[in-house]
Amino acid sequence: MWELIAQNRRRSWWLFLAMGALLIGLGYAIGATYAPPNGGVGGMIVAGIVWLVLSLISYSSGASIMLNSVGAKEVTPDIHPQLFNVVEEMKIAAALPKMPKVYVIDSPALNAFATGMKPENSAIAVTAGLLSRMNRDELQGVVAHETGHITNRDVQFVTFAGVMLGAIVIISEIFLRGLWYSGGSGRRLGSSRGKSGGQGGAIIAVAAVVLAILAPIMARLLYFAISRRREYLADATAVRLTRYPEGLASALEKIANSTEDLPKVNKAIAPMFIANPLKRAGAKLSDLTSTHPPISQRIRILRSIAGGSGYLEYQSAFNAVRGKGERILPNSALDQNEAVPIRPPAAEPKPSGQRRDVNDIVRAVNGFLFLNCACGLKMKVPPEYQKPTVTCPRCGTVNQIPTAELAAVAAVLETQRAGAAPEQPGQVYRRRGSGWESFRCGCGRTLQLSPAFAGDQITCSNCGRVTAIEDTKDA
Amino acid sequence: MLGFLVLVGLIVVIVVWLVGMYNGLVGLRNAVKNAWSQIDVQLKRRHDLIPNLVETAKGYMKHERETLQAITDARSRAMGAGTVGEKAQAESALSGAISKFMLVVENYPDLKANQNFLALQEELTSTENKIAFSRQAYNDAVMTYNNKTQMFPSNIIAGMFNFQASEFFQVEDAAERKTPKVDFS
Ligand SMILES: [Zn+2]
Ligand SMILES: [Zn+2]
Repeated sequence: MWELIAQNRRRSWWLFLAMGALLIGLGYAIGATYAPPNGGVGGMIVAGIVWLVLSLISYSSGASIMLNSVGAKEVTPDIHPQLFNVVEEMKIAAALPKMPKVYVIDSPALNAFATGMKPENSAIAVTAGLLSRMNRDELQGVVAHETGHITNRDVQFVTFAGVMLGAIVIISEIFLRGLWYSGGSGRRLGSSRGKSGGQGGAIIAVAAVVLAILAPIMARLLYFAISRRREYLADATAVRLTRYPEGLASALEKIANSTEDLPKVNKAIAPMFIANPLKRAGAKLSDLTSTHPPISQRIRILRSIAGGSGYLEYQSAFNAVRGKGERILPNSALDQNEAVPIRPPAAEPKPSGQRRDVNDIVRAVNGFLFLNCACGLKMKVPPEYQKPTVTCPRCGTVNQIPTAELAAVAAVLETQRAGAAPEQPGQVYRRRGSGWESFRCGCGRTLQLSPAFAGDQITCSNCGRVTAIEDTKDA
Repeated sequence: MLGFLVLVGLIVVIVVWLVGMYNGLVGLRNAVKNAWSQIDVQLKRRHDLIPNLVETAKGYMKHERETLQAITDARSRAMGAGTVGEKAQAESALSGAISKFMLVVENYPDLKANQNFLALQEELTSTENKIAFSRQAYNDAVMTYNNKTQMFPSNIIAGMFNFQASEFFQVEDAAERKTPKVDFS
């Protein structure tokens, strides 16, 4: 793990140096064109300031800008317990110092990304579509891949390199547009050049135009080459963390087969996603400018892994599929003589306890209240609903809405997330009959007892409190 | 005078370097301890979940008294275990009882449709995973720490301040232990 991080860091530095040189060179050429003979230095300084400002913005609020731009909402464990469990499993497996924040993106597309500048301060976001379509192992594979990006420090890389790329693109664009509006490469440049004398200035101007056109392309190539490699690395880390290559493989397969694009995704943040969120746009681009390796190849590599789930096995599968001697993992990571077996798939209950409908997941994220009417109809009450009762459209029963207690629910969740253990006061509920019954837990959550309920106690899914059920049927 | 300053400078550099190495070792030793306590946290969580699980299942599984009793017994043995060896054995017996229970559950569609049970089952599955992952993280931490205590030059500091090598968490089940490795190169 450490070797991987160290190697990534070295690579990041080289990339920064190369991109920084491009940026400064661009600044110099533009400055020298506009204000010879000493404008070059000024141009370099301006380019440096642009880059610094953008970096500061992205360091301080890059994560929240990114989460906002795709409409991600932070969620509580009761929205999707399995997602929280899986994230916590990966937090433990990767020994992250803190639990990442969990976000759900309101979209039927299948995608996920990680963000945050440090492992102590990271976030994982998945789409509602992903939650509705993945089984437990697949979800774990996706979350593990994102955790891999966090431990391998890819998030920092993507953010800073993305910002540098952005700065280069912006500066070139402004320069080229400025030339266009000032009447081609013509008069204004010519007149300012007049004093310092002709040819040298003309050469610099032509060089600046060429550089302004080429720099963004070169920066993109550098950036994308390294982002692609990081996808393989995150896959290798995911396999090692989960001990189960098939989980990620079949998740990627589902992602590859889905057709929904994730709208509102800026090209600059596309490399942060598990798969290119702009498939249709991405298809037109050549292989060189794609931020993600072909998904089919990633799946083939994962499915060729045999004999274990360590880095060594990933590297040999990689070489078998790609047919080249390319090393994507550092030697020191491969040298470790570790025996990492592959685990069997997780047993998945067929009618899963999770909400599987995309719209229901989105409703839960947006604070809808789910009430089960006694007739069996599930009513979805929007958060802006004001009345204290809701009448069932099917059977006409008037159901109470536990409005007053909803605030208490939020408070309990808050203390739970802060790490306080749920107490067990042992409330007792006496059943009145054998039909549908409901009562309120101490936390305010309405608990339902079905006619088939036969246990002695029930655990609140919200606060974890146990309520004893006294059954008058038996007595 | 110059020679003296160079000497002092050299000593300062060496001391800073040694302190850095010592701190690195302490950090790794703490990582090992944290990883170990994480295993305990998850084992305790599993103990807490089992009574609820058994209670929920009891009503549906009238004919599976033995399976349920086996889990309850394994749980109390695991909670009462004294030595580390006893504990490891009791916990793996508990794992066995739980996976047997999960197989039996397949025959009870009513139970599998119970929301409360499904929530518990997810919690239990996740806790089993967390136990496995925390062992894995513990062994990773031990490997890094042991490598540092055995390799030059940090082994000198490790020897001076008595940083002892930690033990790996051994898996009881022989089938789980080793898979043949694909030769690479
Ligand atoms: Zn990725
Ligand atoms: Zn109704």
